Amino acid sequence: MNSEPIHWQRPIQRAKPETVVGLGQIPERAQQSSQQQAWNIAASVLDPEVPAVTVGDLGILRAVEIDNTGTVIAKLTPTYSGCPAVLAIENLVKEALESAGYSVRIERVLSPAWTTDWITEQGLSKLKAYGIAPPEKSNHSKRALFTSPVVACPVCDSNDTTLISEFGSTACKAHYQCRACSEPFDYFKCL
Amino acid sequence: MNHMNIKLETLGISPIVTQLIRLADDHLILGHRLSEWCGHAPMLEEDLAMPNIALDLIGQARALYTYAGEIENEGRDEDAIAYNRIEREYTNLLMCERTNGDFAHTMLRQLFFSLFMQKYWHASMSSTDDTISAIAGKAVKESEYHIRHSAEWVIRLGDGTDESASRTVTALEQLTPYVSEFFEIDAVTQDNASKAILPDPASFESDWLLDINKILSQANVTLGDYRCGHTGGRSGRHTEAMGYLLTELQFIQRSYPNLQW
Repeated sequence: MNSEPIHWQRPIQRAKPETVVGLGQIPERAQQSSQQQAWNIAASVLDPEVPAVTVGDLGILRAVEIDNTGTVIAKLTPTYSGCPAVLAIENLVKEALESAGYSVRIERVLSPAWTTDWITEQGLSKLKAYGIAPPEKSNHSKRALFTSPVVACPVCDSNDTTLISEFGSTACKAHYQCRACSEPFDYFKCL
Repeated sequence: MNHMNIKLETLGISPIVTQLIRLADDHLILGHRLSEWCGHAPMLEEDLAMPNIALDLIGQARALYTYAGEIENEGRDEDAIAYNRIEREYTNLLMCERTNGDFAHTMLRQLFFSLFMQKYWHASMSSTDDTISAIAGKAVKESEYHIRHSAEWVIRLGDGTDESASRTVTALEQLTPYVSEFFEIDAVTQDNASKAILPDPASFESDWLLDINKILSQANVTLGDYRCGHTGGRSGRHTEAMGYLLTELQFIQRSYPNLQW
């Protein structure tokens, strides 16, 4: 047994800042607006349930604004209505910004509703590398009964996979197994 | 009945708060019932599925309670509304409070309710109230997943072994008298519908019936005449099951009032 006290909140895990150097861009912090900096800090907070991806990758960070008093307003949207990580994610974003010296207000926005289509290309490939099959593009509404999407195994890329459970370890995942390599894996449900 | 001539506000009733709480109560109470399956489901996959659906329902309830509390503006937050009321103040559908029965009963109840809610949320997406349309836009997708899951089970069970088929028939007989309450209208629903804030549930009854019959026919069962069913939930008159449910749901808040996480 671990005698360490259990903290419900993990320390902030933050992805390494990526240096984006595009045509005509000056990759100097000094050149970045304060708003952009705040965005970068908020967007790099890792999802506590799926720590392979950031809130920026998932598309749940909708906006970062600075009002005329200098308070940063970070707007986040939940993935699922009942996602237990919503509050944890909001707190992590708040902490990350506060530890960078900002005063922060978090706003929860519900509309427009989050869709897995908002996960960035980078997010999709991070999920796959982490062993979670990324969602297909959504046509959520009218999937027929008794059909499943074709889900490729994140390990061997085979399409010969089978649905084990429509509900997985978190609200956003279903459970699959690969028939080719036998790997059991999570599929990020398409919403 | 001349509902439209009654000025609800003069009776101290806010139609929007009333209907939001009804809807939230449906989701809280059914979510609680589903959570009772946790650790008792017939297989591991269902042990994951039912608490997951319960999470969605309770998440939707939280959004609705929170918004009802904001409009009411009397300092009640989601927890105060969810936990600190007496039985007669809960206004959920009676079907939601029914004990779980067997797995066939739970799945059929879920199908009835999720299909009802899918229509309800779909209609609410065009609400003149932005918060309601936002909640609906999110919840409608979740209810579609719930329909899929429960419909597949109802068909498997109804079209399955003699044992599963007979249990499905029994479940249908037990649940049918609770269907008509879904589509009840009163002064509250009419007031909200006239302002296009929340839909009148009667407006999508024929759609619901069409869809449910399609699924039930694949399950080899037929929904009989469900009109003239039980009523009372919307005005706080409950079945015997409700008191026992609340005893458990409210246990912590009754034992340790205002306890916080």
